Amino acid sequence: MSDEYNNNKSYQAQSSEVMDGSTGSVNPDIDYVRPAEVGEQDLYHGHSFIEKWVFCQDAKVIGVQYFLTAVFTGIVGLILSWLMRLQLGFPELAGFMTAEHYYQFVTMHGMIMVVYFLTALFLGGFGNYLIPLMVGARDMVFPYVNMLSFWMFFVAVAVLMASFFVPGGPTGAGWTLYPPQTILEGTPGSGMGILLMLISLSLFVIGFTMGGLNYMITILQARTRGMTLMRMPLTVWGIFTATVLAMLAFPALLVSAIMMTLDKVLQTSFFMPTILKAGEVLEYGGGSPILFQHLFWFFGHPEVYIVALPAFGIVSDLISVHARKNIFGYRMMVWAIVGIGGLSFFVWAHHMYVSGMNPWFGFFFATTTLIIAVPTAMKVYNWILTLWRGNIRINTVMLWCLGFIVTFVNGGITGIFLGNVSVDVPLSDTYFVIAHFHMVMGIAPLMVIMGAVYHWFPLVAGKMLHEGLGKWHFWITFLGAYSIYFPMHYLGFIGVPRRYFEMYDSPYMTSAVGMNEFISIAAFIVGAAQFILVFNIIKTLKTGKKAEQNPWKANSLEWYTSTVPPEHGNFGERLPVVHRWPYDFSVPGAKDDFIPQTTAPSEVIHTEVEKT
Amino acid sequence: MSEQKIDGFELKPGFKGMASDTGSDQTMFKGVHWGKAMMWIFLLSDTFVFSCFLISYMKGRGSTIVDWPNTSEVFSLYVGGVPVPLLLIAIMTFVLITSSGTMALAVKYGYEKNRKMCGWLILATAVGGLTFVGMQVFEWSKLIHEGVRPWGNPFGASQFGSFFFMITGFHGFHVSIGVIFLFIYTYKVFAGHYESKKRGWFTKMKGDYVEIEILGLYWHFVDLVWVFIFAFFYLW
Repeated sequence: MSDEYNNNKSYQAQSSEVMDGSTGSVNPDIDYVRPAEVGEQDLYHGHSFIEKWVFCQDAKVIGVQYFLTAVFTGIVGLILSWLMRLQLGFPELAGFMTAEHYYQFVTMHGMIMVVYFLTALFLGGFGNYLIPLMVGARDMVFPYVNMLSFWMFFVAVAVLMASFFVPGGPTGAGWTLYPPQTILEGTPGSGMGILLMLISLSLFVIGFTMGGLNYMITILQARTRGMTLMRMPLTVWGIFTATVLAMLAFPALLVSAIMMTLDKVLQTSFFMPTILKAGEVLEYGGGSPILFQHLFWFFGHPEVYIVALPAFGIVSDLISVHARKNIFGYRMMVWAIVGIGGLSFFVWAHHMYVSGMNPWFGFFFATTTLIIAVPTAMKVYNWILTLWRGNIRINTVMLWCLGFIVTFVNGGITGIFLGNVSVDVPLSDTYFVIAHFHMVMGIAPLMVIMGAVYHWFPLVAGKMLHEGLGKWHFWITFLGAYSIYFPMHYLGFIGVPRRYFEMYDSPYMTSAVGMNEFISIAAFIVGAAQFILVFNIIKTLKTGKKAEQNPWKANSLEWYTSTVPPEHGNFGERLPVVHRWPYDFSVPGAKDDFIPQTTAPSEVIHTEVEKT
Repeated sequence: MSEQKIDGFELKPGFKGMASDTGSDQTMFKGVHWGKAMMWIFLLSDTFVFSCFLISYMKGRGSTIVDWPNTSEVFSLYVGGVPVPLLLIAIMTFVLITSSGTMALAVKYGYEKNRKMCGWLILATAVGGLTFVGMQVFEWSKLIHEGVRPWGNPFGASQFGSFFFMITGFHGFHVSIGVIFLFIYTYKVFAGHYESKKRGWFTKMKGDYVEIEILGLYWHFVDLVWVFIFAFFYLW
């Protein structure tokens, strides 16, 4: 290989944090880990079917429940997007669809995908399943509250879905629900639809708060012996920071939902200015619609990172495991996650450049927005440097990770366009914006979810998903997603506005029509390709080959449980003791190319490197 | 907390202590009960809820086109024909702050395992909270009699009634939840559940007197929020 190895010196494999190799003697205390501070967790084991699988207090079951419920809403969102694309690409085939229907589909698609699908999937699904396993806890610290959290989410989804069946249908105000038009007659679903949406959002926030407290306290106060914060997998860091953001951002959503409910039900005028309707002055007056926008985006922007940060964390772990290399710049990655999380609270008004704010506000928020590019770019460089000279395994998981990096860079670059006021103003409310946020917070996190499903399925179900089907799934989704969203950038540049039911006789009509047809066909194919995964999962559960324990040769604790899939209590008799970070891959001199977190330093110290 | 001994770990004061706690394994807040840490973080989140309410109120009040009602007139009580501004609010605030004092004493006696004293003091706190809610009901019905509604009022900007009922209502809801829990814990303490290690009704977990402190945290928070509502609503 290179010159470093030519001096015949023997290298010692050591834990990343035990570096006292100066004397060469084995420190007798090298394996010392402080005794446990907290006694064993008091776990309640369910006795009946209902206690074990329905109102279950085991975080792993709750995680799967969250996952399945979120995927169900996600499929509803996917079908809505198909209907939208049918109207945009082939309006002659969508004769059943009125403009009102279209607005309702746009609204519900947006809200479902952002809140009820991605947020619930990452934090409720992956968070519940992985946090206790990865930090070495027996369960979440408040299992009962955790169970309530899922059922609150379930009720929120039920209320949301019920709005499809009420008179007037679901709300059609756009997912941002901007007043005053949201609750005024003439907007689809301005009666029961918007009310159920606001109730559902409030329930979601309450349910999430119960879950979020669990995630935070489990990570802060229930780690196993030896698990310092800086030895946690980046997945846990991402989910943790996202949870902190959610705990501080969701209050703004709750407050705006409460105030709008009162505007709707009690005729208050929090957000409602004086309104003339057909020559008549409505009862409203004196409120501020901009106030809603501030509250909504104070929630809405951190929400982007609530979705993105878990994806950042998970993808870091997947890349490290499947490139058999330690994550490059672990501490930098941690601080970048925390930094992005902190900055995300100071950028919200970049969604409001055209709302009539003072121009100095735009200047301030453009600056903070562009500063976020710094930690984000650090993360991208670190992922690439992790891959650099790694022992990369091009399996399905790695493909999704690579797809994520490319897509995220793509969406990130258009984000720099939109972060600048002068560039944003002409592009505002065009398909360029649609393309940007679907790339950066739709497709990119979705790719991580897919990678994570292929990665952790052997842990959850004990069986390996079919690789061939996985690769088909990836390539159709990857190429298809680019076929959908690349042309949308162009549509935005020629000025096609978003949320329009049809384009009438606009000057860009001719060039946009063909493109819309192409995008729609791609969208149908990509949507359908997702059912390859559903088929793959069903087939694997029935006939798939049994997974060995730790099939990917990973280091983190979730693969070192007493049984696979892990049982309630996770680790059997004794909790694992952690001696190192989870990224000791391809350590020179080590017996295998991975050293589990539970391996004591004395077991690996002083192993000679084979000469190469 | 400073006398607490944790095996193999030295609790250092100040910034150094914070750094070593953060860098250590197992727990970040050394010796802090899970439930207590949870309550602190919940309260942080709840602080954001109330901040959003109060900031919205300031924005709403700042941008109405109609004048805001004169609060010292609207909130005054007539004693012998003379209007006394803020009389009722002063009594309400006094009762609530006093109940914070009894709560703090209940925590102290709880940790001293003085079951009877602890129980009586929690009961006193609950009664204080109930009195507060009762006076709030009185205040609401007085204002409603005078024609104040969420959608309008005879004194000025219609947002006055909207924000007043929403924010004091949301705070009153918090107090009411607190009162319900205070009564439940009064029962638990008097029945000696912490001594007999009886498991909870729903959670099936064993309790400890630390739960009284956790409840106390919530109660002090509700009081603190009231101080801000008092300042922003009644004094401004």
